[in-house]
Amino acid sequence: MQSFLLLALILLSIGGYTLGRKRAVAVAGGHIRNLHSLPSFYGSYAALWCGLPALIVFAVWATLQPGIIIDLVVAGLPPELRDLPPDRLNLLVNDLKNLVSGNIVSSTPDPAMLAAADRYRNLQVIGNASLWVVVMTLAIAGVAYAWRAISPTLRARNRVERVVDLFLIASSTVAIFTTVGIVLSVVFESILFFRQVPITEFLFGLQWSPQTALRADQVGSSGAFGSVPLFAGTLLISGIAMVVAVPIGLMSALFLSEYATPKFRAVAKPALEILAGIPTVVYGFFAALTVAPLIREIGAAMGLHVASESALAAGLVMGIMIIPFVSSLSDDVINAVPQSMRDGSYALGATKSETIQRVLLPAALPGIVGSILLAVSRAIGETMIVVMAAGLSANLTANPLEAVTTVTVQIVTLLTGDQEFDSPKTLAAFALGLMLFVVTLILNIIALHVVRKYREQYE
Amino acid sequence: MSTTAIETKVALDQALNLDTAPRKQSSVEVTDYNNRQTVGNITVDNPKMVCRGVNVYYGEKHAIKNVGLDIGANEVIAFIGPSGCGKSTFLRCLNRMNDTIPICRVTGQIRLDSDDIYDKSIDVVQLRARVGMVFQKPNPFPKSIYENVAYGPRIHGMVNDKAELDDLVRASLERAGLIKEVDKRMGEPGTSLSGGQQQRLCIARAIAVNPEVILMDEPCSALDPIATAKIEELIDELRENYTIIIVTHSMQQAARVSQRTAYFHLGDLIEVGDTDQIFTNPKHKLTEDYITGRFG
Ligand SMILES: Nc1ncnc2c1ncn2[C@@H]1O[C@H](COP(=O)(O)OP(=O)(O)OP(=O)(O)O)[C@@H](O)[C@H]1O
Ligand SMILES: [Mg+2]
Repeated sequence: MQSFLLLALILLSIGGYTLGRKRAVAVAGGHIRNLHSLPSFYGSYAALWCGLPALIVFAVWATLQPGIIIDLVVAGLPPELRDLPPDRLNLLVNDLKNLVSGNIVSSTPDPAMLAAADRYRNLQVIGNASLWVVVMTLAIAGVAYAWRAISPTLRARNRVERVVDLFLIASSTVAIFTTVGIVLSVVFESILFFRQVPITEFLFGLQWSPQTALRADQVGSSGAFGSVPLFAGTLLISGIAMVVAVPIGLMSALFLSEYATPKFRAVAKPALEILAGIPTVVYGFFAALTVAPLIREIGAAMGLHVASESALAAGLVMGIMIIPFVSSLSDDVINAVPQSMRDGSYALGATKSETIQRVLLPAALPGIVGSILLAVSRAIGETMIVVMAAGLSANLTANPLEAVTTVTVQIVTLLTGDQEFDSPKTLAAFALGLMLFVVTLILNIIALHVVRKYREQYE
Repeated sequence: MSTTAIETKVALDQALNLDTAPRKQSSVEVTDYNNRQTVGNITVDNPKMVCRGVNVYYGEKHAIKNVGLDIGANEVIAFIGPSGCGKSTFLRCLNRMNDTIPICRVTGQIRLDSDDIYDKSIDVVQLRARVGMVFQKPNPFPKSIYENVAYGPRIHGMVNDKAELDDLVRASLERAGLIKEVDKRMGEPGTSLSGGQQQRLCIARAIAVNPEVILMDEPCSALDPIATAKIEELIDELRENYTIIIVTHSMQQAARVSQRTAYFHLGDLIEVGDTDQIFTNPKHKLTEDYITGRFG
């Protein structure tokens, strides 16, 4: 019903566009030169007048209508039903809705309910019909208004662009508000958590075992929420990943941009980028089934004790996964350094590698740091590989051969399964998320400062 | 092809027919480069660089056609000619900067003193230390003024300690006439200088490695008259110690700074001679047309 209305509105707007155009040409006496704007702007002007107000009314109406109808129907119920407690009333309304849409109802409907369902249906029909009438009238009135307003002096172009501006502003604010909303909700949940667990314990505690017991007299009823082992684990695994990814990625970027022939580059670059497209689950079982056993065997051969799930395995595979983040972006920024810089260096008798070290890398530094940052955030946020290859035990260790766990992995385990929503165990996930957010933010700020300090800016 | 270009080609053709034995057919295409002779004397008494039979190709395009030319020691020679005639291309052969262009191919012989610079035994890196280059657009590195000049000496290991390097940097800036302006701001980025200052910085950077020859490709085309005058003055002073080859679009500049002038046309070296003679009494019709402003 309502999607048809939307379709009709779009068609009307298209019609409005053509009408507006024709009208503009007509009022100009056939000479476009006389118009302030091109005819297509007058078309868009009419289309906007046709579609926009109607669309706004449509949206508001469609959101409000169901609530109003329910209120009306409830008001018309017999008093003994109307005065039920709110949760019972909710159930009743649900039943009513099911009845209306013809689904199976939990109990045999009583006459009062049937009557209410009838009322509901009637109201819906009336509502939809008036929606059609109102929206269509508005659309046509809009076109009519535009038709009258169009004159050679009307600044259609400026007005249309003003509306486009508003659209752009609205779109960008969507992203901002979403971010703000997410951050705020995480902050509020974290505050709830810190009411139950002291913030100092969370920040500095060395024990992580979030298993709270159901009854107070059970063992381990308190749980331990020291996040240090988790962040240490995250640091360890991300560190290993970066040790793999930064040198390999940077060197392949240098090879691609400075040494490779264009033909080779055209093949190799996309091939490298495919690495980033492999699902992380695949990397995960690669890490768990191939790399981890390999490391264990090598370790055993050298007489070392290696856990079957180790930070090293997860870190290595994660490093491979993020190579393209470093290489592809760095390659782009190195390429973007002007040829005149290279020429200047070569003309002074510098070799290729001297030119790379002393001119290209410093000039490309901001972009390279940016690519590394992107890789770091990928590494910190990565969950799947760690779950599969590094285990779940929150050990506080710097030994890459032991099993560790990371912040993101713990967030997942905290939130999966049946949980009360206000238990510290669940809320801890939000606190961890907040911490992670703060840490990444700080990392970004530091990196920004480093870049400002050492960058060599070319024109 | 524009009409002027066709006219030029025909003119060139006729000119060639005058210079060489009668040709069998009078096609508009000029192919027989071996028989073309450059008007004027391409040799000098004490040559620093000697080029013979130099051809340059960009892929299929024949950009420099059998050019022979001597460049005298401690002289300033100007390359002039219409846009696209191959001045920069020829200049870049002299320090093998064309090596950095994959599709570019150079044949013939170019000698610096007695070394064939395209010989396998020659190290390009050392060659470029001997033959420096200043580009059309000032291209200081995005480093401090000091580091810009210190770049060359550092990579060539020309100094033993910081004090020596300081002296060399200051001396180079001094010779480039820039020291007064940058004395107090050695640590500021080279890109913060004005265009003319940047170009003099690039010259300082080039002379810091103590080259024997300096190639300049339209070094003043991005500068205002005052900055240009400074650079021209500088070139005059540098002549004492260096051999300088300058590409320019300004006849006045060529007349002011150079002792010899070479006129290029569509990849051919048409005429070489003393600057005075070229500008007052050109022997070749094409040269005359160009310097009297009939085309170019
Ligand atoms: N990198 C290149 N690849 C292909 N062709 C080139 C390249 N550089 C120059 N050419 C061609 O070679 C010819 C000579 O170019 P060159 O740059 O030497 O001219 P020029 O005399 O320096 O001109 P201008 O005075 O405009 O600088 C031109 O036809 C040009 O199109
Ligand atoms: Mg040029």
